[in-house]
Amino acid sequence: MSLDQPEPIFVGGTVGQSVAKTDSLEKVQGRAEYIADLYRPGMLHGAILASPHAHARIRGYDLSEAMQAPGVVAIITGDDVGEGRMGAFIKDEHAIAKGKVLYVGEPVAAVAARTEEEARHACRLIKVDYEELPAVLSPEEGLARDAPILHEHLAEYIKVFDAGSDGNLCSRTELSEGDVDAAWADCDVIVEGEYTTQPQAHVSMEPCGALAEVDAAGRVTLWSANQSVFRVQANVCESLGLPMSRLRSLTPRVGAGFGNKMEPHIQPITVALAMKAMRPVKLILSREEDFEMVRARHPYRVRMKTGAKSDGTLVARECEVLVECGAFADDSPGVMGYSLLMCGGPYRIPHMKASGKLVYTNKLRFGAFRGFGNPQVLFAGEQQIDQIGEKLGLDPFTIRRRNLLRRGDQWFVGPRIGSNGLGRCLDAVEQAAKGARADGSPRNFGLAVTAHISGLLGTGAIVRMLEDGTISLNTGATDIGQGSDTVLAQICAEELKLPFDQVAVASPDTDGSPYNWGTTASRVTYTTGRAVKAAAKKVVDQAMDHAAEILDCDVADLELREGGRIGRHGSNTDVTFAQISGRAHWAAGGPLVGSETLVFDEPTHDPKRAIALGLPFPRIGVFSFAALGVDVDVDDTSGQVSVHEAWSAADVGRAINPRLVEVQLHGGFVQGLGYSLYEEMVWDGARLANPSLMDYKVPTARDVPDAIHTFIIEDPDPTGPFGAKGAGEIGLNAAPGAIANAVARATGARHAHLPLTGERVLAGMLDPGALQD
Amino acid sequence: MMVKKVLHSLTLNGEEVQVATAAGATLLQTLREDLRILSSKRGCNQGVCGACTVLVDGTPVRACLTLTARCEGHAVQTMEGMDGDRVMATLQRHMVQSGGVQCGFCTGGVLISARDLLEADPTPSREAVKTALSGNICRCTGYRTIVDAVCGAAEELSQ
Repeated sequence: MSLDQPEPIFVGGTVGQSVAKTDSLEKVQGRAEYIADLYRPGMLHGAILASPHAHARIRGYDLSEAMQAPGVVAIITGDDVGEGRMGAFIKDEHAIAKGKVLYVGEPVAAVAARTEEEARHACRLIKVDYEELPAVLSPEEGLARDAPILHEHLAEYIKVFDAGSDGNLCSRTELSEGDVDAAWADCDVIVEGEYTTQPQAHVSMEPCGALAEVDAAGRVTLWSANQSVFRVQANVCESLGLPMSRLRSLTPRVGAGFGNKMEPHIQPITVALAMKAMRPVKLILSREEDFEMVRARHPYRVRMKTGAKSDGTLVARECEVLVECGAFADDSPGVMGYSLLMCGGPYRIPHMKASGKLVYTNKLRFGAFRGFGNPQVLFAGEQQIDQIGEKLGLDPFTIRRRNLLRRGDQWFVGPRIGSNGLGRCLDAVEQAAKGARADGSPRNFGLAVTAHISGLLGTGAIVRMLEDGTISLNTGATDIGQGSDTVLAQICAEELKLPFDQVAVASPDTDGSPYNWGTTASRVTYTTGRAVKAAAKKVVDQAMDHAAEILDCDVADLELREGGRIGRHGSNTDVTFAQISGRAHWAAGGPLVGSETLVFDEPTHDPKRAIALGLPFPRIGVFSFAALGVDVDVDDTSGQVSVHEAWSAADVGRAINPRLVEVQLHGGFVQGLGYSLYEEMVWDGARLANPSLMDYKVPTARDVPDAIHTFIIEDPDPTGPFGAKGAGEIGLNAAPGAIANAVARATGARHAHLPLTGERVLAGMLDPGALQD
Repeated sequence: MMVKKVLHSLTLNGEEVQVATAAGATLLQTLREDLRILSSKRGCNQGVCGACTVLVDGTPVRACLTLTARCEGHAVQTMEGMDGDRVMATLQRHMVQSGGVQCGFCTGGVLISARDLLEADPTPSREAVKTALSGNICRCTGYRTIVDAVCGAAEELSQ
């Protein structure tokens, strides 16, 4: 089979059909219930007192006045939580500030009262005695010899990988293969530069929130806006010292996540409040608190150098990143490590070296955000590919095609590439974007390509056949709006040859659902889809056994037919799932249940090929690919950039639901457009200066081009369910690189700093040719 | 801290209601906390995101910026009261079909703004749709499928 050719696979049923999302109707009717819409009998409302200091020791609290305030039932502070610490990679975070505060906005105390207004009022009456400490406000400051130390006990914290933590250095990662230092001598052309990227806020339309209640036996039930009921359970129990069996984590509908709701936000605080109040407590953040307290995309400083032969063949790349962590590690070691794994892009580069330092600072934690470190390094890397092409007279498509990784190649440090439709993605973009605009004017075209993994960690599925032959599917995967409930039901229905509407999807529940690490890393369709398909297959196998007994024949003589029927080859007689399931429930064998669990277990690192130190993900996933072309307008007088047209082509293996893939590509691109052009969290000293939608601009309907063309390329992955790979992040990654390349085409100036504001672009137009500082 | 409640009379989704709500409460607070009308969402509480959009006397307003006291004697309509509205039903159907519904948190506000546009301009251009929706932030879709849905509904309704 030749490269980039799709393998023949079974087509039929509902896989490949753009069925409407199962939650669409309740959402257009305003009936979907999000966390703020839940009420419980006797429920109180919570509010949080935020730290006014970036770095201070807490000497004590005076709660007397606040406790007397109207409506107040309970107040918690760091004194109410034990020594437990949570964290995905480094367990460095208490449920609420304890002993010290580490950023402006950090929760210091929380109040449960009859109404939200009363709770917020009482928070203002809490007195905290602080001893202010000098603050660290940048990674460079954090690494200074005499820098104040945020985590004095960092050495003692539990870490799940070799972090190399020291002082304010949260973690370091070093990866290399080949011999970069020697390779520069073989290069005919070398480009290098230093780039910076800004913090971006997720701005899920639904702010974070949680509702907790404690039953008579002391067991906690917790609903929250989340991307994983299981990570919520683990984080709350770690930070509050609860056995996991004493907490049940559930989810209502979630108003998007983008990474913001994967690891904890205020769930531990809400649980602590409910345990103290002995009444249900709901805590919903304001938009400002959602900006100030939760997490954001990491600002990066990237030093990158790339070398090639005169024919355009890439030879070497070196990438060094300095990453601001914020006050807690959260997902940061993973983000930095992943960005280093991805810094070579989807190219064959024999000599590679990548290293990074992640540094604690007195700001809110930075963490997972769609793209997970990939957009930052790609902003640098994809500009350098264009610059090499420019020096050698190779157009952006040619220089990239000459260097693409292929199926069967190994990615940087070792993962083997399965399906790879990137060549076809480039073809699709080139074909569609060629020539001039409709009005005959030339395009200001920019191109970037990307790869992203889908995979990571454990997942499961339970498929049950109900008495009437219809199906209940339970995976524990939170649908955050992207449509995973629908896609997983389609996979299940396809395997069972049932109409899609006969599969009901259970809401995630740590009491009843199989483990699912989370809705993150573009992973649910790929990993959970695999488990669903395998679990459904087990149900089919069980049904086959029943049918063989009912029809008195061998299983080998039977076939599964559309609509939930099993019959003998060459015969019209068959038995229905209802007959089989009734028999199984009441007469023979027991109810039909298929379950499957799996963990993505292909090693990231090939020690024969590469050296890896401080690698946070020993197993990552399979690769999706994408090419993005943009055509921009630049205003001559203001420097303001707008995107005139965009072409986004993604190899997602197999689109289980093409419409939902297209919306991922649209939505990802527009979030990337905002990141590229204007979105920026700005700190005024230690305080976030723009924690509101008034002052933090996200794209509106008027800011996006009408012409965002999407192209779904299907190169089925042999391990994916019906060939599918992830689609959640691939549409965002390439936006800054593609837009920067288009701006360079339009203005003649290269830009090293995001966002590409009018000011910066205008400065470049006045001084073209120089890398802008 | 004053917890004084004030009694207001207004028409909610066609029914006369009397509601005791905190003095100075916004319509969003009263709808959600006192009347349990939950389709109107608190996305920003600053009048920027549009997720709380409702109709007062038929005109879209930000419930988070509207004082309940100002609604005394006026007619408030929310998504809960849109059953039987032909324009809304058509918009809803097109939103479902186009993929314009993702997380859904903005959807109610988007639909109320879109319905208001179609009442005023039954055959809007795409640019007019984008302008009409520019006060409703959606972080999921990139707007393309939402604009498609509104244009599709307009086309169907004008036939």
